[in-house]
Formats: sequence, C-alpha cells, structure tokens
Amino acid sequence: MFWYLLLLWGGISAVEVQRPRGVPLSKRPFYEENKPFTCLDGSRTIPFDRINDDYCDCQDGSDEPGTAACPNGNFHCTNAGFRPTFIPSSHVNDGICDCCDATDEYNSGAECQNTCRELWRKEKESMQKLAEIAKEGFLLKQQLIQEAKRGLEEKQTKLGEVQNSKKDLETNVEALRTAKEAAEQPEKEAKERHLKAWEEQNAAIRMEKDKVRMAEVFIELDADGDGFVSVAELLSHSEMDPDSSDGSFTEAEAQELLGGVDKVNTAAFETIWSKIREKYVSESNTDGPAPVETPQEEVREPVSDNDSEPYPDDDIPEEEDEDEDEDEDEDMDDGDYKSPPVTRTDEKKDDSEEGAMPPYDQETQNLIDAAQKARNEFEEAERALREVDDQIRNLEKEISFDFGPSSEFAYLYSQCYELTTGEYVYRLCPFNRVSQKPKYGGSETNLGTWGKWAGPEGNVYSVMKYEQGTGCWQGPNRSTTVKLTCGKETVVTSTSEPSRCEYLMEFTSPAVCQEAPDLEVSDIHEEL
Amino acid sequence: GPQSVNTIAVLGFKRRCRELFKQEKMVPVLVVWLALCLSGTWAVDRSNFKTCDQSSFCKRQRALKPGESPYRALLETMELTNTRLTLQLINDNNKVRLLLELYRLQGNMTRVKINELKPLKPRYEVPDVLVREPPTEPIKCHCLDENGVVLSLGVESQRVIVSAQPFRLDIVEGHNVLMSLNSRGLLAFEHLRMRKDTQAEPEAENKEETTKEEEEKVEEGMWEETFKSHSDSKPNGPSAVSLDFSLPGVEHVYGIPEHADTLRLKTTDNGDPYRLYNLDVFQYELYNPMALYGAVPVMLAHNTQRTTGIFWLNAAETWVDISSNTAGKTVFGKMLDYVQGSSETPQTDVRWISESGIIDVFIMLGPTPKDIFSQYASLTGTQSFPPLSSLGYHQCRWNYNDQEDVRSVDAGFDEHDIPYDFIWLDIEHTDGKRYFTWDPHKFASPKDMLQGLKDKKRNMVAIVDPHIKVDSNYKIHNEIRSRGFYVKNKDGGDYEGWCWPGNAGYPDFTQPDMRAWWASMFSYDQYEGSMDNLYTWNDMNEPSVFNGPEVTMHKDAVHGSWEHRDVHNLYGLYVHRATMEGLIQRSGGVERPFVLTRAFFAGSQRYGAVWTGDNAAEWDHLKISIPMCLSLGLVGISFCGADVGGFFKSPSPELLVRWYQTGAYQPFFRAHAHLDTPRREPWLFGPENTALIREVIRQRYTFLPYWYQLFYHAYRTGEPVMRALWVEYPQDPATFAVDDEFLIGRDLLVHPVTEEGARGVTAFLPGKEEVWFDIHTFQKHNGAQNLYIPVTMSSIPVFQRGGSIIPRKLRVRRSSACMEHDPYTLFVALNTRRTAEGELYIDDGHTFNFDNKEFIHRRLFFSNNVLSSVNVAPEAQFTTKSWIERVVILGASKPRKVTLITADGHKSQLDFDFDASVSVLTIRKPSMNAGEDWSMALQ
Repeated sequence: MFWYLLLLWGGISAVEVQRPRGVPLSKRPFYEENKPFTCLDGSRTIPFDRINDDYCDCQDGSDEPGTAACPNGNFHCTNAGFRPTFIPSSHVNDGICDCCDATDEYNSGAECQNTCRELWRKEKESMQKLAEIAKEGFLLKQQLIQEAKRGLEEKQTKLGEVQNSKKDLETNVEALRTAKEAAEQPEKEAKERHLKAWEEQNAAIRMEKDKVRMAEVFIELDADGDGFVSVAELLSHSEMDPDSSDGSFTEAEAQELLGGVDKVNTAAFETIWSKIREKYVSESNTDGPAPVETPQEEVREPVSDNDSEPYPDDDIPEEEDEDEDEDEDEDMDDGDYKSPPVTRTDEKKDDSEEGAMPPYDQETQNLIDAAQKARNEFEEAERALREVDDQIRNLEKEISFDFGPSSEFAYLYSQCYELTTGEYVYRLCPFNRVSQKPKYGGSETNLGTWGKWAGPEGNVYSVMKYEQGTGCWQGPNRSTTVKLTCGKETVVTSTSEPSRCEYLMEFTSPAVCQEAPDLEVSDIHEEL
Repeated sequence: GPQSVNTIAVLGFKRRCRELFKQEKMVPVLVVWLALCLSGTWAVDRSNFKTCDQSSFCKRQRALKPGESPYRALLETMELTNTRLTLQLINDNNKVRLLLELYRLQGNMTRVKINELKPLKPRYEVPDVLVREPPTEPIKCHCLDENGVVLSLGVESQRVIVSAQPFRLDIVEGHNVLMSLNSRGLLAFEHLRMRKDTQAEPEAENKEETTKEEEEKVEEGMWEETFKSHSDSKPNGPSAVSLDFSLPGVEHVYGIPEHADTLRLKTTDNGDPYRLYNLDVFQYELYNPMALYGAVPVMLAHNTQRTTGIFWLNAAETWVDISSNTAGKTVFGKMLDYVQGSSETPQTDVRWISESGIIDVFIMLGPTPKDIFSQYASLTGTQSFPPLSSLGYHQCRWNYNDQEDVRSVDAGFDEHDIPYDFIWLDIEHTDGKRYFTWDPHKFASPKDMLQGLKDKKRNMVAIVDPHIKVDSNYKIHNEIRSRGFYVKNKDGGDYEGWCWPGNAGYPDFTQPDMRAWWASMFSYDQYEGSMDNLYTWNDMNEPSVFNGPEVTMHKDAVHGSWEHRDVHNLYGLYVHRATMEGLIQRSGGVERPFVLTRAFFAGSQRYGAVWTGDNAAEWDHLKISIPMCLSLGLVGISFCGADVGGFFKSPSPELLVRWYQTGAYQPFFRAHAHLDTPRREPWLFGPENTALIREVIRQRYTFLPYWYQLFYHAYRTGEPVMRALWVEYPQDPATFAVDDEFLIGRDLLVHPVTEEGARGVTAFLPGKEEVWFDIHTFQKHNGAQNLYIPVTMSSIPVFQRGGSIIPRKLRVRRSSACMEHDPYTLFVALNTRRTAEGELYIDDGHTFNFDNKEFIHRRLFFSNNVLSSVNVAPEAQFTTKSWIERVVILGASKPRKVTLITADGHKSQLDFDFDASVSVLTIRKPSMNAGEDWSMALQ
C-alpha cells in the first residue's frame, strides 16, 4: 500500500516504475525491494518492510519518505504535468493539499484535486506574458544603451570643451587679481589717512569736554563752594567707594582718593580726576547708571526645520489646556528662561557728540571707486571659473556614475517618477533621492538619498538602496529599497513600509530586461 | 546604555501622538498628549500615577497607626442562625454602628462582611465575581461571656474568637492562631455622611445626632480631590474601608497581582503599599508596587505547616500594606491565654485599604496550597478550558499592514517549517479605529484572508477595544448612544475621553443589557468579515483614557447608580466577559471562545487569557515574566503570558531567542512588537537564529498534549498550570522564594536562561525523594540540589520529574489542528521506586462537547515493570484516530522482552532499543489506539 504505481510515458512506450511512496526517481536505487535498507546517512540498516511503515527508524528520516513519521523527512511530489518538488514530511496527510498531484494526502480524508496541468497552463501563460514583455523590453533596452552611449560621448566632448575654456578663465582671473591688488593699495592708504585725521580731531574734542566736565564735577563736589573738595564732601558720594563691596566708604578711603590730603583745589583735582571720572555719578542724575537694557523680546530657539519634525503635516494646536502635563511642558521652557538673556550687541552708542566720520574727499573717493571696480571685475571672473568647475564636476560625476554594465540605467539620471497612493505621493528620482509628500498638503519627507546598487551577487543591478533620509523621530533614518523588474514602461508600481521607516518600492524599467529568456521548459516535465 | 533606552521610549509616545493627530487636527486636548510626547523618557513617568500620599483616602488611612481599635462589638446585638452570625460594632469615637456578618463556608473558608448598619445610601457590593452565593456550613456558638464569643467552625477543631473590646477576630485551630483580624486595631470604616463644610446648618434632628458624635474633622481630599489637573468631585464624600490581618508563623506572602515584582511579596514599610488599580501604565518599571493593568485582590500566606488565603472582594482602588513582625508581638487578649505563643514566632501583618464599597473578605484556610486553589475556585470559578489551538504559538505585531502582509507572513512560517496557530491584527486593521470594521483598502476582503488561514488550519485574532469612536457615521457608536449604553459623566451626559480613535465613548459594561448587546455584535451577520476562525483581543480595558486622571476614567463618572470609583477594577473583567459570551453565542454555544484581555479582576480566569501588557525588549523584562505569571497562577489565572521579544524596543537576536525559549514553556505563547520596532518574524535573524527559534517552537508543539491536559485539569480544579515550586514542595523552605524557574503542572521543571551571554545556569532541583531527567539528554539528576548546567544558545534547561508519564506528539506540523490525529509518544520517567504515573486527556479540541462527556481521560501508570492505561472516565465517550507510536522509558533497565496485552487479551512482542549510556528504553510502535485499555510488560 505504500507503493506508487507510476505509468511514465517515455515517448511512445509506457514504462512501469515502482518505488516507495515519496521517493524521487533519482533515489530509487537506494530502495531495493525486499533487501535490507541502509539509512541514507549510513547510521543503521533495517528490514525492507520498515520503509514507510509509519515509524521513524532512521535519524535522517530516509526510511519514511512517504509518511509523516520522521520530523526531518522530505516527501517527493512527482507532480506530473508540473514541476516536481519536495515538501516536509510534516505536510504529509495533514489535511492540506500541498502537492498539485494530490499525492501527499493519501490517508487524511482531504479531498485534493490534481491541479498540476492547470498550474502548468497558468504558469505557461504568465511566463509567456513575461517573455513578451522581456522581449519588447530588451529591444527598448538596446535603444537605451545606444542613447546612453551617445549621451556619454556627448558629455565627454562637452567636458573637453569646458576644460579648455577653464584655462582661459584661469588666466583671466589671475590678471584681474593683479589689477585688483594694484588698485587696492592706494585706496587703503588714502582711507587710513582720512581716518587718522578724523581721530585726531576727535581726541582734541574729547579732551576739551573732559576738562569742562571736570570743572563741573569740581563745582558739584565742592558743596560749600570754598574752592576745595574735601574728604567730607567726597564722602557724600558713596559710589566712589573704591571697594564698593564692603558697603562703607570710609574717611581714610576718601582721603586716599584725594591723594592723601584732606582737600584739593582745582589744580590738584586735575591730578586725581582720572580716579574719579568713571565712578562719579552726577547729583542731577538720581537714577544712577543707565539700567541694563533688556531685550525687547525673547529670542526663542528657531523652530527646527520641517524635515526633522516628527509630524511635519500636523499643526499642533496652541490652545490652552488645563492639564498638568501642559504645565510640565511650561516648566521645561522656564528652564530655558533662566539662562541669562542675551543682550543685543547693538552698535556701541557713543556717549560723545562726535557724530559720524566726515565723507571722503574727492581724491580718496576716486581711489575707492577704482578699487571697487577692479574687485567687481575680479569676482565676476572668479564666479565664472567656479561655474565651469561645477560643470566639470557634474560632467565627471555623470560620466563615472555606475549606470549598469552597459549604462542602460543612464536614462534615469535626473528623471523623477511618481506614484500616488491613498494618502501620499511617492517620488523616486533615481540616483538622487526618494521622497513622500502627503496628498492633501504638508511638507515633503526624504525617504533616502542615493546610496548604492544592492542586488544579490550576480544580479547587483536589480535593487537600489536609498539611505539617510529624514530621521524618524528618535529613531533610525528613513531608507528605501527599490526593487527593479523588467517592464516596457518606466514606472513605480508599488510602495510599502514593511518595517517602520524602511520603505520598499517596486519599479519597472526596460533597462532590467534580459534577453528573451527560455521558457524554462526543462524545469517542467509536461510530458513525463 | 540609558541613552538608547531613552531613544526607544519616545517611540511609543510618538506613535500614540501621531495616531491622535492623524485622527483629529486642532483639538485642544491634544496639547496634553503633545506634552507627554515631548517629555517622554524611558521608564514609566511616575508623576502620572498617584502615590499613596496623593490618593487622599490612602493617605488618611495610612496615617492611622496600630493601637487600640475604637471599635467595640455589641454582644447583645448578636444573632446566630444556623449559618450566619450577625453582630453590631460601634465606633466609640463617632458612635457610628457597623454590621458584622460572619459565615462559615463549605470547604474550610470563613467569610466576614462588614457594612454600615444604616448607611446614608447603599454601599457597593461587588456583583458577578462569585460564581454563586457560597454555600454555608453550620456555625455553633461555643461560649459567650461579656468579653466575647467563641464559635466553632465545621467539623474541624477550628474556632473563631470574637473579642468585644476592642473588637477583633481570631481564627484558631487547636492551639494555633491561623489569622487575626483587627488585631492591630486598624479597622476603619468611613461612614457616609452629609457634607458639612459647605452645607447649610444641619437640621434640628440631625443636630442632636451631631452632638452625640465626637466632632469629625473634615480633612482635605474628603469631598474633592485634585490630581494634576484632574478634579474628582466626590459627591459621596469619604467612604474608605480598611482592615488589618495578622498571620502568625508566616514569613512568605504571595499574590495580589498585577505587579512587576518578585513572586514573594515584599514588606512595604519603607515605601508605598502594593496598589491594585487597573491602569494603562506606559513603559512600566520593574520591581516596585505600582499598579498595573489588572488587579486580583487575593493574597496567599504560606509556611511549612499551612497555606492560607485572603480574598478581599472590593473593586475600588485598593492598597495593601505588608509588614513583618520585627515590630514586636501582637498582644493577645485574655480570651486567648491558652494560646501558646512565643515572641520568636515570625509574623506577617497585612492591611487592606479600599476607597469605597464594603468589607467583604473570604478567609481561605487551606491547609495545603491545592486546598487554597480549590477553595478560591469554588468562589470565583476556574480557568476556562481553552481551545487546543490557543495553546500553540501566536504571531502578533502592531501591525500586520494588510492582507498581503498577512499572507506573506503566513507563507513564511511554511517556508521555514515553523508551526503557528494564530496570526494577530492590532488596531490598524480597523477603519479608523472603529472596532468591528476593517480598513477598506488594507483589509478589503477579510473573509478571503480568513479562508486562506483556515485552509491551513490556522486562525486569526483581531483586536476589539472598549473605547468607541464618537462618530455619527459609525453604527456601533450610534447604537450605543441611542440605547443609552455609554458610561455617563458626573453631569449626566455621555462620558467622553481620548483614546486611539480620538474622541471616544465607553460602553457601560457593568449593565447586563449592554453586555448582551455587545455580545450580539460578534454574531457573523453583525461583525462583517468575521468567520469562525476569527477570535478576539480586548486591549485598553482598564479602561485606558489618554486624557483622564492616571490615564483612566474619572472616578466620578457614573455607571447606573454607582460611581466609577466603586466599579473601576471590574470594568476590564466585564469587557472580557461580554466579548467571550459573544464568541460563544455566535457558534450557538458550540465552540469554545478565545479572548485575550489586558485588564482583569478576580474571576477573569473564567473568560480567557491575559498577558502582562506592554513590556520591553530587555533582559529584566524577560526575567520578570516568570514571577508575574506565577503570581497570576496562584490566584486562578493560569492562561498567562508575556509578549515574546518585548513590546517596546528591539531585542538583540540573543534576547529574542532566549525569550522564545522561555515563552515556549509559558502558558500563553505570543510574540508581539511595537509598531515602531523593526520587523521580527522568527526568520529575520539569520539561519542560525531561525533554527533556534524553530526548534523551541517545535518543542512547544510536541508538549501540546501535556499543556492541554493541564488546562483541562486547571479547568476542573483551579490548580495553576504554571506553578511556583513551593506549590509542589510546600514543606521545603528552599523553594519559597524561587522565581527564576517554575513547574509546568508538577512534572516539568523549567529554568529558562534569562542572562545575557550566559554560559551556564544553576537550577534548583526540588524534592529530596525526587529524580529529574533532562528532557533533551535524558540525563538523570537527584532532587534537593543546586545543579549547574552549562548552556549554549540552543539550551533551554527543562527536566521531567521521575515518577511521571508525559504524553507528547513528536510529529510537529504547521498548526495544532494538523496534528489532531497524530500518534503519541509516551515519556515514562521512573522514580527511585521504579514507578511512574500520568494522564492522557483527549477531546475534539475546540467545542464544549467535553461537557457532555465527549472525551477520553485515561490514567497511565507504571509499576512492577508493567505500564498500563486505564479509563478514569468510563462514563465518557469519545473516539480518536490517534495511537501510541512509541514509549520512551527513562531510567529503565534492559528487558529481555516487551509484551503488549491489548484490551481483547491479545499478546504480542514489541521491538525495542535500549541505550545503556543513559538507561533509556525505547519501545517501538506498539500501535494501540490511544483511547483503549492496554498494558505492556517488561520482562
């Protein structure tokens, strides 16, 4: 009962082949009828009637090819009309049809139909369809290869041209640099002269003012108008305390300020003025020193750029909520407030009335104008050179880019392809980046920038990897794997996110098509 | 390091936030969540949850110190009927009278109920938890004088001594005090009262009353309480109850789950009490007494002499203090003079504090652990008998994205030859978090998907949470609203809170008609897209309310005539129950249901499985899964598991493999992962790890007959499936605190590897008389020793007890249903007396027909070199195709021949192999049907 009776049509003559259930033809010689059977791992030898007797005797499961008795055994489905296959022994008689020829369910009560021919028909159809696509795609691919070749040649020509023009530009830049430097020297000297003259004038004015102020202060300090400033008079100005931290302005300290004497006249006052000048607060100015300027508004941390925001598309409502958690949030912010406020460093306000520097005289102005013109011309030339450099770099990059064995993927360069799903528009710009944008407003999220070809060995150009996209909040950076399959059109056919922040995109392109493949008939023994 | 920990922690928040934002934009309450999102750090945000000090009743009650109780028993009010004693107690401070009821229950239990004699309005008494009104036994009054009463209990020499002043109860047996109540004078009963601080002058008649009472001061928090920004209006004022219990001779107490703590409970003198208040605790911390998702107010006390239990039937917020007797010996009254007691006797004192309701306590007097299980089972029922398939492996993830994803994961199991029984869908499968619906794009044809699984004899679980999206286009919402089934807020409107769908209502599952309606929603014509292989998962049923106090419902929300305060810990049980009833009803009462719940209460075991909630991919979380499930098992909930791999964060392959090895030997075996974690189906970690995981899942399947039989046993007796060692070795103190290993039934000892980079583990093999066989190598080890076991990544130390027979099915297939007709291998492990004993239970695996005696239950035993199978349920009828393919006898000697004698007396010789190196005899293919009588003689 554990034997197949198989009728094989080998051409015209039918051959009967007997073998234990679940054994492939290739292993039939090991199962010789009525002779002791040695487990295929050689571990032991058992009587022939223990083959397929629904008890596992061999460690490797080879004595039970047709039952579920061994945990590690395999059952061979002949699948006449389709592809033969092995299934784990555990699938034998488990009530589930696994072999298309239904041979695995011979004792489970499961009603399995032989579906091998139907499967074969379907597979043939789909393979034919694929073959047609591949055929057309492959033709398109040849065109793409030609185009890429032409494009490459064009680019190389262009590169040569640009590299030549670069030499001229470099010469030009050098000449203009010399001219610029020549014009800047006299400009610099003239400006320095002008500045020095102005500063000397200012110094004179300041000195005059200081003298006036000194006289005023003397009069103010000389409260009794006796023409002397005395220790007592000085003591009324506690701000003059040399060690203001101790809070007391003693007579000794005042005397020391006065140069060791009890009082000074105007002449002697001149000698101590420098010690007094900075601290002295006029009595008419009761407010004391100007208060520290407070900034007009807090300079808050700038809102980080959308790309790193966790929810770029979601506006966070600002309305007040009574929940405590909100308060905690506030507390957190308070912490920020505690750091000393940054005082705005405005232009230092001049306390004198010196006013602005007077305009340059005509001669100086002429020199400045000439130098400016030379600078502009130089910068212009430099910019032109930079542009050419960029052009060269881009051309070199594109020329050296790995566009596949025959540059068949070159046509994708600087193109973009979109797929719209229920929620998002996905955008694949090959060799550049992948992105996702909400359909109904919101900013774009970078799902990865070009990383590398990442197909398996032997088929490297079947998978693209885009990496280092926008970070998932507190998580990894987004990345996208693009699987390429042969198609007549270049389209993104699907996107998914199998794991959080790891996207999968399917993409068809003729560039992946292989030369019209075999129908792999050899794999399917339709005639067996 | 902590940094990486922080990193992952926030992911959880993020997801929640994103979900919310997706649903509804510009809603003010979202600011709350935003704040949470931004302040996310690893580990629980403790400030979201109350300490005892922040819970005003706990603070008030805990402020009372032991001393003379103000309560006095009014012996003249005593009434004794055959089955009941009633007695009034008076509080001498405020003159409020209480009514004490005392019952002797069948099965060695005593019930003590204390309520106000004349409460201002009724106080909540927990319904629906007891399986019936517990049957009583006669009480006899032994003697009565002015100091108290002595009652004799049952036939044993047990007595209850009621001391009058101060009031206390002592339960004694012979000369031993088993338990004392109010011995520390901590009985406190906050009587219901009129509000005085804001009320108008009390009326004249009340005034008279008032003058009699000592003026009671109004403390802060009695009539209103604020936690964070949440205000609790407390219209009934203070209503807490508390009582202390002294346990002389006891040093080990267990139970009161759910806490992420050791099996043996700790004293709480230096911290907060253990808290019982069902809460959705985000990223819970380990080894502390904070409340978690479920609450079972049952404590077991154990010493070498006796096991006792306290079941505090109260569903309000509850705190349990535990202290041991370093504080000194309790003073015994003169009624107890004859009781011998030395100051050296160790003692544990516990104190229960609940926010409302009454004192209704069941004192279970053992004396053995198994007696306790049976006593507690007689009160609250036993573990429901689950379908066999639910004991297989469950593959879950938040979320399987769409039908194609489900199909490809399902195919992955076949491709890698890994068995599984259930694939799970989390909240994303729904149409916008509207439960009972399917996402129209991702799950457009659920029946096709379910049929695909059914074709492989596999099943699915889809989540159904109790928060209902407020959306007038959602049928479920409209029906609940129009029928008035929602929980109400304090002002009478429908209570609304925030959860996954955004604004949500919460059905009032405490109402029987609501539950009946809910159950009807599971019928195949109501739940579109459902089929008989679709089962249910109730999550978030604490209930979780994102913007509520402590992430749950406001205590002043209203359930009919009761406050949420009264019923809180019951809500999850009712959700679970209604869902389970729905699954039973949809099959016309034929099929056994499977429902997983996160929140639970005493009695939840009757409704299905529980898991330990949102754990994390950390080694400590793997370790804690053992005491957490052991504690649940002690209080009746056997069907317990932890998320394999850890919910939050991403496990290293080593941790994942170790978690599979542990989970495969725990009752509920489900892998689960957070939405933001990388995929972790078993084959994603390289061929070596795939092989390791495959191997241990397959081991699980070989033991399914044993698991199934243990669950049948749990259903019949209430004994836990996964057992603490002390349950089986109650006289060996070395077992009392063991919680890094456990028993499955009494015959398998498991010591999982839970250390990173472990090269070996030290397992304690209990039992002086025992021998233990390594199930992998068949090596024999003596009991009562610490055994060092070197381990590799493939090791999961498991031992079979000598003296046991375990039936297994070694032909592992892709699901448990595929193995239904497969033959058994009997593993007979001989003890030192060369005997062994076991059981074989077989039924159809999925219907209630076993209740109609459609099963096979056989006793297998080996003695005098004969192995026999005898029918222990001759009245039952069932036939099986399964047969015995192999008998493996561990610790055997080599026989000359082995003879099989079948039921008809036919004798035949059997082939066998003997491996002398480990003394293992393997008898080849006896081939008798598993349901028949047979014996097998070794000569």
